[in-house]
Amino acid sequence: MPYITGNHLAIGYDGKEVLEDINFEVNKGDYLCVVGENGAGKSTLMKTILGLLNPIKGELIWGDGLENNEIGYLPQQTIVQRDFPATVKEIVLSGCQGRMGWRPFYSKEEKALAMENMERMHLQSLAKRSFRELSGGQQQRVLLARALCATRKLLLLDEPVAGLDMIVTAEMYALIKELNDDGVTIIMISHDITTAINYADHILHIGKKCFYGSKDDYVNSVLGQKFLMYSERKEEENEWKN
Amino acid sequence: MEKLIEYLSYPFVRYALVVGVLIALCSSLLGVTLVLKRFSFIGDGLSHVAFGAMSIAAVLGVTNNTLIVLPVTIVCAILLLKTGQNTKIKGDAAIAMISVGALAFGYLLMNLFSASSNLSGDVCSTLFGSTSILTLKTEDVWLSAVLAVMVVLFFIFFYHKIFDVTFDETFAKTVGTKVDMYNVIIAVIVAVVIVLSMNLVGSLLISALIIFPALSAMRLFHSFRSVTVCSAVLSVICAVVGILISITAGTPVGATIVAVDAVVFVVCYTVGCITGGKIV
Repeated sequence: MPYITGNHLAIGYDGKEVLEDINFEVNKGDYLCVVGENGAGKSTLMKTILGLLNPIKGELIWGDGLENNEIGYLPQQTIVQRDFPATVKEIVLSGCQGRMGWRPFYSKEEKALAMENMERMHLQSLAKRSFRELSGGQQQRVLLARALCATRKLLLLDEPVAGLDMIVTAEMYALIKELNDDGVTIIMISHDITTAINYADHILHIGKKCFYGSKDDYVNSVLGQKFLMYSERKEEENEWKN
Repeated sequence: MEKLIEYLSYPFVRYALVVGVLIALCSSLLGVTLVLKRFSFIGDGLSHVAFGAMSIAAVLGVTNNTLIVLPVTIVCAILLLKTGQNTKIKGDAAIAMISVGALAFGYLLMNLFSASSNLSGDVCSTLFGSTSILTLKTEDVWLSAVLAVMVVLFFIFFYHKIFDVTFDETFAKTVGTKVDMYNVIIAVIVAVVIVLSMNLVGSLLISALIIFPALSAMRLFHSFRSVTVCSAVLSVICAVVGILISITAGTPVGATIVAVDAVVFVVCYTVGCITGGKIV
């Protein structure tokens, strides 16, 4: 049974439907990339998977021992966080908050888990540094370590490379791939279709027409080819502008 | 110095000091999350709401006006903090609206129905704080002591949860933290602290008590824990110094405390610039 199954799902907010009839599966160990144009409903779908919004129609089925609070979420950064006084360690540790229940303080195991995930993200030397002083890539790694404290099973990454330069972007993708190879299931929201095809094994394309399937099927589908060409053209345009 | 020791032998001076310190402690603890959540002006807004409620109480002739002021302020605090993020009217605009609205209605009511002959005096003392901190009774001291202990205990026990909902509400929600519940609790505490501290500094200056210590601490420190502790310490020191100065020099209590807070902020800002804020 898959971790998450979307069954004729219709999503939206305030009772208004944004997108309907989405079907997909997320299996253990998958690397699923959700692509689509701006405004297609990627964030709405993400919020629905996270349980922040209720599906309007259809259903989301959880399986394979995954509870719906076992998703490690890497959000896009908010303005509040840019000048927040917090150390790297404090933030990574806050990923364990779901395990605490009513206990007011973190246990030894939780602190050890935070240390382990900081090492995994190569953050040991930054543990006492302030979050607001770090570079964009370092900040993303901190938030990724926090997400890993929340779960080992599934990570949901919302535009993880937004605002990063090319080299750091490549590092970030490599890091995510490494996690996936270690058995962490990945759902990544991205508007960068080219990388999606390089790394992901499944694609969920949402928009006026939806597509769910393996990467190879997507590349050969009419919708996929259209979108790829469209993205390439857009990239070229951007390069011209620069 | 002798004068000071002589003053300290009066019980009302000691009461004022104790209550002042407790209120400064509570407001500075709350200040850290409120400033970081971009709700700096909630103190101002809610204190105006409390002012409005107070004038309603005065018009109705209710003797113990806390009975009206507290519930009204709590309801407004919850409305503002809970709906601040996603509503059609954004947080800052909502606060501004409620704040000026309540102020206007309060003043209007007082003007139309007040039985007192010294209206501007009444308004002035509600807004800028009166000498009422020097006329506190033992019950008032106990009341603020109990409330302060509750606020401090809440902060110790829920320190990590407060960090979680301040730093990243969405993430907290996804891992099952009851974000809405904590926001409501914080709102209730904010309201209680504000209604309490109206006795001390009056409604206009409460914002200063909430904002200054937190901002000063943020100039110096870089971890959430140090900022919280430093903010509390600074606030208590400023309150003690402010009250002592106001007693010896005969200046208005609220304004003096805020002036001390402002001076400390300038000092912290300068120190922060020199050290580059490298202290963790």
